[in-house]
Amino acid sequence: MVTGIQSRETGTKAVWEGSLEELRGLVTERAMTGETMLLNMGPHHPSTHGVLRLLLELDGEQIVTCLPDIGFLHTGIEKNIEDKTYEKGVPLTDRMDYLSPMSNNMAFCLAVEKLAEVDVPERARIIRVICLELARIASHMVWLGTHALDMGAMSVFLYCFREREHILRIFEMISGQRMMGSYLRPGGVWRDLPPEFYKAVTDFITYFEPKVDDYEALLTRNPIWLDRTQGVGILEPEVALAWGVTGACLRGSGVNWDVRKAMPYSDYDTYDFDVPLGEHGDVYDRFLCRVQEVRQSVRILKQAMKRLPKKGPFRSDNRKFVPPPRRELGQSMEAVIHHFKLWTHGFDAPDEEVYVSLESPRGEIGCYLHGTGGNKPRRVHFKTPSFMHISALPVMSEGYLLADMIAIIGSVDIVLGDCDR
Amino acid sequence: MGVTSKLGNLGIVTTTLETAVNWGRTGAMWPLLFGLACCAIEMMSAQASDYDLSRFGMELNRASPRQSDLIIVAGRVTRKMAPVLRQLYDQMADPKWVISMGDCASCGGVYNNYAIVQGVDEIIPVDVYVAGCPPRPEQLIHGIMTLHEKIKAERIVHWAS
Repeated sequence: MVTGIQSRETGTKAVWEGSLEELRGLVTERAMTGETMLLNMGPHHPSTHGVLRLLLELDGEQIVTCLPDIGFLHTGIEKNIEDKTYEKGVPLTDRMDYLSPMSNNMAFCLAVEKLAEVDVPERARIIRVICLELARIASHMVWLGTHALDMGAMSVFLYCFREREHILRIFEMISGQRMMGSYLRPGGVWRDLPPEFYKAVTDFITYFEPKVDDYEALLTRNPIWLDRTQGVGILEPEVALAWGVTGACLRGSGVNWDVRKAMPYSDYDTYDFDVPLGEHGDVYDRFLCRVQEVRQSVRILKQAMKRLPKKGPFRSDNRKFVPPPRRELGQSMEAVIHHFKLWTHGFDAPDEEVYVSLESPRGEIGCYLHGTGGNKPRRVHFKTPSFMHISALPVMSEGYLLADMIAIIGSVDIVLGDCDR
Repeated sequence: MGVTSKLGNLGIVTTTLETAVNWGRTGAMWPLLFGLACCAIEMMSAQASDYDLSRFGMELNRASPRQSDLIIVAGRVTRKMAPVLRQLYDQMADPKWVISMGDCASCGGVYNNYAIVQGVDEIIPVDVYVAGCPPRPEQLIHGIMTLHEKIKAERIVHWAS
C-alpha cells in the first residue's frame, strides 16, 4: 500500500504490496495512525542518481524517517569474479562504480599484486596515477553536472559533460573504450601509451584549469545555490566516522582522511598535493571539497606528466604473471609456453587473504581477496563507499525538508552500481 | 486566409495522413528519463553538449511515463528492477516504443547469473537493440535513427491493432 498501484493492463505485481504493519519499528508510531505521511521516492526518480528507492516518512514537508531500499542494481559481480581467473576479473570490476572504472581496476589489481607478489615498474605506476586522476576529474564532472542539474542549474551540466568528453577521448586513445577500458591490469597497464597521448593530456590540463574557475563563478557565490546547500544535510565528524563515511563527505565534515596520504599506494606519497577540508559538514562544504579536489588532481597530473618517460616498461616482465609481447612469440619457445599457459590457465595465487584500499572519487574503496592456491579466487569482496554513504543518508536527512533530500543525495555522490555490485 | 496568405506563392503541399502523422511522431519524441547503470551515463553524454540529441527533437526527457513515448532501457535490468520496468512500460500511453541500450539490456551481457534478467525482451517488447558495453553515443543515436525509420514505415492499417 505504500508504493504504486497494481498494473491494470497486464496484472503484473506492483513493486511492493506489503502492509503498514510490516513497517512497525522502522517508522515512528505516528505513521501507524496516519499522523505522518509515508512517501515513496524511487526507484525510478530523476534525482536518485540511479535506482535507489527511499521510503520517507514526512511530517508536512519535514523528513521524520528515511529508509533506503537498495539492491535494484545487484549484479552479482563479486560472485562472477570467483569463477574467473585473476586477469579476467578486471573487466567485471569496471562495471561496479561506472563513473570511475579505473579506480575499481586499480583496487582489484593492487589486491592481486599483493596476493601474488607481482611487481609493477615505475613507469606503469606513473601511468596509473595519471589514469586515476583523469578518472577522478571525469567522475567529479558527472557529479557536479548532475548535482547542479538537480538543483536547477542546467548550464553547468552541459559544461561539465563537455569537459568529460575530453577525458573520455583520452581513455579511448589508450584503451580503445570510452568508459570501460579495463586498462589497468595486474602487473601494470594493458599496453603502452600511444604517442599522441602526451600531447592530449598536456593540452587537456591547459584547457581544463581555467574551466574550474568558470564552474566556481557559476555556483560558489550564487545566492540560489547557497540557499539550497548551506546548512543542509549536516554531518558531524564523529557521526561520519561512526557510519564509516569516507571521501569528500568525510573531508567536508573536517576530518583529514585521504587514503592517498594516509596509506599511500602507487607512489602517491611522492606527489605534492593538498587535502581540501570543509568545516561545517553540510552540502556546500562537500561541494567545495570536491571542486578543490579537482584542482588538486590537476596538480598531481602536472607532476606526473613531468615524471613520465616517453619510453620504458609499462608492465611487469615477470613472465609467470604477465603474458609476453606478441613479437617474442615468433622467436622464443618459452614465450609461446608462457603465452599459452597464461591465456588458458592464468596464474596461481597463494591461499591467503589480502585487503587493500584506495581513494576513489567517491571515497575509500577496498578490495578483499582470498586466493585458493589455484588460478581463481575463493572470495572477492569490495568495500564500496556508496554503500556506506547510503547507510548514512538517514542521519544526514532527518529533520530537513523534502526538497533538501535532493540536495543531500546529490552531495554524497552515490553510484548504485558501486553500492549494489 | 491563414495558411494560403502565409505560404505566399509556395502553392499547396499534399501528403498522406500516414506520412504526416509519422513525421510528427519522429520529429518530437519524448524519451522517458530512465537510467539504470553504466549505459545511462552514455545516454546522458548523448544528450549533453558534444552529441546533442536535441538535433533530433529529443532533448526533453520526461520523468513521468505518462508523458513519454519512448523508453530507453539503459543498463542491466535485475530481477528486483524487472517489475518496476514493466509497470513503467504499462503506464506509458500508446503509441510507445522501446530501445534496449547495451548488451546487458539486450541479452544479459557478461552477466549470465542469478541476478540479471537475460534480455529486457523477456519483460517488454523491444523495437531496437543497440549493442555495446556501453554503446557510444553515436551508436545510441544510430539506434534512435533506426527507430525513426521504423516509425516512418508504419502503415495506417496497423495503427488500430
